Amino acid sequence: MRLPKLPAPPTPRILQPRPARPGEGNGKRPADPLEAAREAGVSAADWIDERTSLSGGVRWLLFRKVPRGTNWFYTLGSATMFAFLSQAVTGVFLAMYYDPSPTHAYESVRYITNTAFLGAFVRGMHKWGSSVMIVLIFLHMGRTFYFGAYKYPRELNWVIGVVLVVLTLMMGLTGYLLPLDQRSYWATIVAVNLNGTGPLVGPYLADFLRGGPDFGATTLSRFYSIHMLLIPGAIAALIGAHLYLVAKLGTTAPPWLKAEPDPELRKAEA
Amino acid sequence: MARQPKEPKRPKRKEPKPKYTAERNIPGAFEGETVTRRRFMTGTVHTAGAVAAGAFTLPALGFAVGPLFQGHPPRWVDVGATTDFPADTYVPKIVTLTPGIGEIGKTTVYMRKRNPSIDTEPADQYNQFIAISTRCMHVGCPVRYVSATQRFVCPCHGGVYDFRGIRTGGPPVRPLDRFYTRVRVDRVQLGPRYSNNSALHRFSPRDPGEPLDGIGQYLYPSRPTARKLPG
Repeated sequence: MRLPKLPAPPTPRILQPRPARPGEGNGKRPADPLEAAREAGVSAADWIDERTSLSGGVRWLLFRKVPRGTNWFYTLGSATMFAFLSQAVTGVFLAMYYDPSPTHAYESVRYITNTAFLGAFVRGMHKWGSSVMIVLIFLHMGRTFYFGAYKYPRELNWVIGVVLVVLTLMMGLTGYLLPLDQRSYWATIVAVNLNGTGPLVGPYLADFLRGGPDFGATTLSRFYSIHMLLIPGAIAALIGAHLYLVAKLGTTAPPWLKAEPDPELRKAEA
Repeated sequence: MARQPKEPKRPKRKEPKPKYTAERNIPGAFEGETVTRRRFMTGTVHTAGAVAAGAFTLPALGFAVGPLFQGHPPRWVDVGATTDFPADTYVPKIVTLTPGIGEIGKTTVYMRKRNPSIDTEPADQYNQFIAISTRCMHVGCPVRYVSATQRFVCPCHGGVYDFRGIRTGGPPVRPLDRFYTRVRVDRVQLGPRYSNNSALHRFSPRDPGEPLDGIGQYLYPSRPTARKLPG
């Protein structure tokens, strides 16, 4: 008696032979790993772009037309921004070791400088970088002024830039207290008292900065919070606005370049 | 009830309905509606957003400015026996003005007994002993008493004060601040700080750099939380 043939049990999907995909097999694989990696990168970028349409914005921001005569002076703004980024990154990591309490601040700074691995280097970057940022922002301001780049329609960008200068100086002022050595302490006393000499509002401003009538338990943490949260947030937001306006309005030609009318236009006018 | 004389009947005129929404091209409105549902809902959402934003902004702001309106009851600290302080020179005393913050809460105070032949300001219970603050009235550096010249001098910008703490040179704008003192059973106690104008008239404590003569006392108002001690 012959038994009927039972159907074969279903093969798990993973064991089934896969059909060749288009572009694969028959010698159509990516030639070398480098090309494979590049294709992976392209497809990852495509994946993001398909979902965000970011590439248009990136192209708008980065591939702008710049006037003839653009030179190294035009990099001072980016240099200032990179100084800020350096301050932000080193500052975040300094905050991991720093203790903003009046009794421990100095010790924690000493620990960063003397004991922590690369502590003196990172603190040095932050300390000297602050001066670098101030120098660069004023050079950038001078460039804008002498090239006449603050004129219509870029006045608002000048105003934003001036606010950024003031905020940067406030970063310097509030950061100066944080090591809490003799120099920081007395410099802050003097700076807050200078604020107090403004008529009518000065005394209240000084009390606001100190968090009371005297340098007290919360003054240091107040300065710390202003230094690492309040002002950097404002600076980052304003840099965004500043860059948007730069991309939107374009950069100016240096003032020594004469405007040359397009020969086609001149022909059309004649 | 007397019948009212009947008014002559006017021809009935149809009241024109306001065309508020139609004139403004506001879509989705019933005829004659002045506040459409859309406008109402927009206003509601904006109000709700403002309330939500205010609900966290206002407490945070109050939290930040709160210390400005916080009063402190006067602290009196013992600084020594009444016999510790001569009337012709100053004795430096280190006192803690702000407790709990270590070294930076301390300050030096120069103290002496009141000397009626020098101190012409009226005597009362708070100045039997003179306590001079070391905070310079220019921008707040610490001054030092130099006994050879009987002067207080500031190392920062060259402020000079005489034996009573009255400015004699440099940029300071008023005499050195003082502290209230009182005597309790042969011990001298140091109280809160007060400021002086150049006639050594008492004012509630002000920050350095704030003149108190003439218009200065109005340009630099006192703190609502720190008043002069009565008497």
